[in-house]
Amino acid sequence: MQPFTLAAPGDVAGATAAAASAADAKYIAGGTDLVQLMKDGVERPQHLVDLAGLPFDRIEFGADGARIGALVRMSDAADDAELRRRWPIIAEALLASASPQLRNMATMGGNLLQRTRCGYFRDTGFPCNKRAPGSGCPAIAGDNRGLAIFGGSAHCVATHPSDLAVALAALDAVVELSGPAPQGGAATRRVALGEFHLLPGDTPERETVLRPGEIITAILVPAETAGLHSHYLKVRDRASFEFALVSAAVVVGMTGGRIDRARVAMGGVGAKPWRLPAVEAALAGAPATPSAFAAAAAHAAEGAQPLSQNRFKIALMQRALMRALTIATA
Amino acid sequence: MTPVTGLPIDRRDGRLKVTGGAKYAAEFDIDNVAHAVLVQSTAASGRIAGFDLAAAEGVPGVLAILTPQNAPRLAVAAAGEHVVAFPLLQDNRVDYNGQHIAVVVADTLERAQYAASLVKATYHEGEPAIRMADALAEAYAPKHFRNGARPPDSRRGDPEAAWDGAAIRLDLTYRTPVEHHNPMEPHATIALWQGNRLTVYSATQGIDASQHTLAALFAIKPDAVRVICPFVGGGFGCKGVTWPHVALTAMAARQVGRPVKLVLSRAQMYTSNGYRPQTIQRIRIAASPDGRLLGLRHDGISEMSLPAIGEFSEPVGLATEMLYACPNVAVTHRLVPLNAPLPTFMRAPGEASGSFALESAIDELAAAAGVDPLGLRLLNYAETDPHERKPFSSKSLRQCYAAGAEAFGWARRTPEPGSMRDGDTLIGWGMATATYPMNRSKASARLIFGPNGDVVVQSATQDLGTGTYTVMAQLAADALRMPIHRVHFELGDSLFPNAPISGGSQSAASVGPAVLATVDAAKQKLFALALASNRSAVAGSTAADLALEDGFVLVRAAPHRRISVAALLAKNGLDRLEAVGSAAPGDEKQHYSMHSFGAQFAEVRIDPALREIRVSRLVGAFAAGRILNAKAARSQAIGGIVFGVGMALLEQTQIDPNVGRVTNPNVAEYLMPVHADIPDIETIFIDERDSLVNPVGVKGLGELPIVGVAAALANAVYHATGVRVRDLPIRIDKILV
Repeated sequence: MQPFTLAAPGDVAGATAAAASAADAKYIAGGTDLVQLMKDGVERPQHLVDLAGLPFDRIEFGADGARIGALVRMSDAADDAELRRRWPIIAEALLASASPQLRNMATMGGNLLQRTRCGYFRDTGFPCNKRAPGSGCPAIAGDNRGLAIFGGSAHCVATHPSDLAVALAALDAVVELSGPAPQGGAATRRVALGEFHLLPGDTPERETVLRPGEIITAILVPAETAGLHSHYLKVRDRASFEFALVSAAVVVGMTGGRIDRARVAMGGVGAKPWRLPAVEAALAGAPATPSAFAAAAAHAAEGAQPLSQNRFKIALMQRALMRALTIATA
Repeated sequence: MTPVTGLPIDRRDGRLKVTGGAKYAAEFDIDNVAHAVLVQSTAASGRIAGFDLAAAEGVPGVLAILTPQNAPRLAVAAAGEHVVAFPLLQDNRVDYNGQHIAVVVADTLERAQYAASLVKATYHEGEPAIRMADALAEAYAPKHFRNGARPPDSRRGDPEAAWDGAAIRLDLTYRTPVEHHNPMEPHATIALWQGNRLTVYSATQGIDASQHTLAALFAIKPDAVRVICPFVGGGFGCKGVTWPHVALTAMAARQVGRPVKLVLSRAQMYTSNGYRPQTIQRIRIAASPDGRLLGLRHDGISEMSLPAIGEFSEPVGLATEMLYACPNVAVTHRLVPLNAPLPTFMRAPGEASGSFALESAIDELAAAAGVDPLGLRLLNYAETDPHERKPFSSKSLRQCYAAGAEAFGWARRTPEPGSMRDGDTLIGWGMATATYPMNRSKASARLIFGPNGDVVVQSATQDLGTGTYTVMAQLAADALRMPIHRVHFELGDSLFPNAPISGGSQSAASVGPAVLATVDAAKQKLFALALASNRSAVAGSTAADLALEDGFVLVRAAPHRRISVAALLAKNGLDRLEAVGSAAPGDEKQHYSMHSFGAQFAEVRIDPALREIRVSRLVGAFAAGRILNAKAARSQAIGGIVFGVGMALLEQTQIDPNVGRVTNPNVAEYLMPVHADIPDIETIFIDERDSLVNPVGVKGLGELPIVGVAAALANAVYHATGVRVRDLPIRIDKILV
């Protein structure tokens, strides 16, 4: 791979300074995705800034919810008793991800920043607008079974691969960012998870709202979504260690047998974790019955733009959604 | 001595393997070794226009960059047709995406990899042929089918007339995708020149073939080439051919004047060492109303590279010729050239892919006739080989069916699709027949009695993880009537006596008889020495009176008259006694048809809405002659069945339809079963004594257990859902109704 230098700062200021010191710098945390991309020549940073020394490896609870440090390992978050008690859907999504070995290394913040599994992106032998802007997207007319049916553009139809992000989107989670402010100095800001990832549009190389040098410091999970009925369902060909064909995250508030409010996000179908407001609207005030779920799921297909090999995702996501709602409200 | 052959003893290399002590090709520590990294094309057809090597050459530590412009010329033309001699950087031709176009050599692996990533090639691109469906008009008959041993087509009776008159007629087309072997150990070679002598440490299923291929390409004598390979981390066919990267490693080593190591990356393993070619198979069945076969046609088309690279034909129709009693049968094999690498043998080539089609079609016939699928197979049971018109040397398929069905509980199956459920979950039961030919080649071995009487047996064979080390020691120990801990078997070095490629499940059937012959030769030498020795305890006897027992030469009728081998050697001032032996097949195959058989039973559980397919039970019953080691055999069977589960439900090399480049060249996205996909597997071995196949009585187990698994699962999926999937793999989207 491209030779690189390594810095190991102890705080955000040190990290951002280290990152600013080289044009081609990258942050590295667990490295489970970045190192592979570097080996494959997809990422070629000349300077790596290791975030392991930063103090973001704790899970804390307060009146407004949970604060999950960005450097908390996926396996630790999945094992956290309080997190599991109040937002079990997080552990469900984490345990459906990757393998135990990877979860022991990979971090919560890094999980949100993992790159798409699109084979065209991950092979420098192909053109790819995300990797090499303007070079073209052969995936659209190529091997597209795994790609997006929502949110794609003429330049990119990649899916976001994270399970965790789908569950967090359905929990109305917020991402806390820290880094150089545009006007100089340092700044911390919060971005709703649903706003954190960008759609490809004309700039598929821009995947998040992160500014140059900015770091995810924490994931904030709001108290309002604690203790609700929820479920994360992942559908795949292989029983384990595979990215989702489709996945459904549902978080449902109920009174009696009736749904007050539902939050629904889907994975494997969109350029980013895909919230379904029309489905949520249809579920609001509806009874928790199969027919109500089916009626709501019918809205899930709205706006879908399937490609030659992935039309099946429409039916599959609707079924996954109905099943997740059934399990969550049982 | 209690015989040890057949016992489930632990594999002798097991401890070495789990402790990291087993040295694989890339792990030999060679002084001053340099590292080579391949550069592969990103175009699928045309010619290389040029290279920009400036950046790569500027990387510190780079020793050489070989391209078609500067690579030494090899003796390609003289090497012979069996040698895969492309791509060896001999010209600017580009025939497929991912073809070797350069080799970068540097003092460290990291520098070689980095420099390789900076090599830029430009192309005069041609118009590639990528999609098999678009190229069917180019189909041609193989020119060297089964190495010319038989024509690609066969027929008996009048299949067309049978079709015209039949009550049941099925015309079905099945497809199998490109699949890759994905052994855990990547291909790796270390090449070391000493003058005009070449030593290579190389991951190979064929030491002898590697030796001769390298000798031919470098125009040196075979005995100037030594090939060493004590362990192979899985091959499954992709290490059978001596692929071009082996010669490129030797070329690089000669060029830089240092030993060179080259290890293929996982991604390069998708274009460098063959694959199971995609097939399109049309099956036409004509049958009586009760399911008796009247006519059978199997027309197989398999994908090929451009013909200039070589030829490989996936022989999908061979089992169709002999598996069932059917008077009218026609089989054809055709190839379709594409801009793709050369395909090759992959675990049960032909049988695994062909049986998916045939055994699915038989299941479709059973459904059409309203007959139980197992009953239908019994109805059409072939008592003798209907194609070769010979008796079988042995055939225990009936027993396989019976034992498998009993263990599985087949009798409780209700025939209607969707009729078996567990709550809402759909249950499907399917079965299929397995068969594989008995293959055998000439092999040789050497036996050495050491000063303490311990024995070393050597043969230039391979152990792919299958247990060759163990079973050969078992056979030798029993033939020597010695405890097995005093018998060591060595393999994996071309200095040892010659043995064939470990392919076609032939190693045990080939090397085993050579070991027995060598033990016989060694005993005769020992007996002669004992009889010739002064005041020997056995003096006055003849060789026919003597026996070898627990390390002693003794008079059979008076066992107290004995001398230990160690004492015998010492008495004669010898520190060793050596014998060589070899064994080869005779004309037995002219009189008998020789095949192993089996029956596969599978249960799937399918979510009625989400359609995820999960395998819940697998039973395989096999008859493969003598079982040399019950534990190794069971491991082989489990491995083959798991391989079949991958083939049925998951595996597919995805290739971009426009530029012919693999889009999933890694084991994250090329799906193979993980533990969670595999239930407990029950394996049953039918006791089968066959003295006709070879002196050991073994038929081979490397490939039989994968055969039929894909069809058994496809049939189970049909039984669960009523959806008949005729193209592999059977993934969720194909049964989402």
